[in-house]
Amino acid sequence: MVNIIWVSLFIIGLLFAAVNGTMDKVNEALFQGAKEAVTICFGLISVLTFWLGLMKIAEKSGLLRGLSRLLQPVARFLFPEVPKDHPALGYILSNMSANMFGLGNAATPMGIKAMEELKRLNGGKNEASRSMITLLAINTASITLIPTTVISIRIQYGSVSPTEIVGTTILATACSTAGAVLVDRYFHYRRMKKRM
Amino acid sequence: MGWVTTISVWIIPMFIALILVTGTIKKVPTYETFVEGAKDGIQMSFSIIPYLVGMLVAITVFRESGAMEYMFTKLRPFLELVGIPAEIMPLALIRPLSGTGALGMTSDLIATHGPDSFIGRLASTMQGSTDTTFYVLTVYFGAVGIKKMGDALKVGLIADVIGIAASIIIVSIIFL
Repeated sequence: MVNIIWVSLFIIGLLFAAVNGTMDKVNEALFQGAKEAVTICFGLISVLTFWLGLMKIAEKSGLLRGLSRLLQPVARFLFPEVPKDHPALGYILSNMSANMFGLGNAATPMGIKAMEELKRLNGGKNEASRSMITLLAINTASITLIPTTVISIRIQYGSVSPTEIVGTTILATACSTAGAVLVDRYFHYRRMKKRM
Repeated sequence: MGWVTTISVWIIPMFIALILVTGTIKKVPTYETFVEGAKDGIQMSFSIIPYLVGMLVAITVFRESGAMEYMFTKLRPFLELVGIPAEIMPLALIRPLSGTGALGMTSDLIATHGPDSFIGRLASTMQGSTDTTFYVLTVYFGAVGIKKMGDALKVGLIADVIGIAASIIIVSIIFL
């Protein structure tokens, strides 16, 4: 599916450029897109290096295990395949709480670390496991409590009440997260059926 | 508003303090452990590059060729029929694809229509309530070398549709 979407984005774009005479823009886009990707990755180096270092201390001191115990009831429901007290749960909880407070910079390293742990649980295969898909679904739906960036944009444009959208955002995000979990479950059971 | 900003500013430093204090109490060699863990970060960032370059180039070509624009104009009458304001549609469609693109569009909508207008509130809610699915997918799976994504993309995109629909319905009920 990813392959099809990826190729379609290119081919549709190229066909369009041919018909509309925007080929010069496409040439520019090739370099611009690649450059942006590398810039993002370089930006990630600083954040990833710092947080992964810090989280290693949290892991060794048992803090992460403590956090995962806190999450136990939710985790049992969301990630039934992950064993009790596994460090992956600690990273998942850190990832979710960073997202809730709109701290994307901190959320990404925790999410990646959680993925790494989940991959290890899955025997190191290069295939996404059930728990990995669930974690991803929760992240794309992004449970937000405080949409920091949006609030700052609203302040910038002189909103009378910059935070009035906090309530609607929490409601909408709750819907999309619940939706993501349900859809994820549905696809999981469909996969199980196919395998039988 | 005051407490919201205060929490956002304090939470990370407090979390760092908690980690360092717990580590010291539990007699973890903090600095050495930090360096050991930090090393992974460098390698991880580099392993994301191929995934992200592939995805971002494709998305940028699609956008810059005018194909994305064309898609909006074609979808417009249909969407208006369902009751979705036409101004918001480009944002809804770009949200899963490009984080910077969506942020730019949200600022633009807020600037044009005003932050306290219906469109401004809707754009704000939409921006805050879902994340860039393609980016999350590429970075999270790219960093740990997952090539077979299974149903992840489908689940993520359906969640986006739910989030966008929920934003429109909720903002309409509360602010109209």
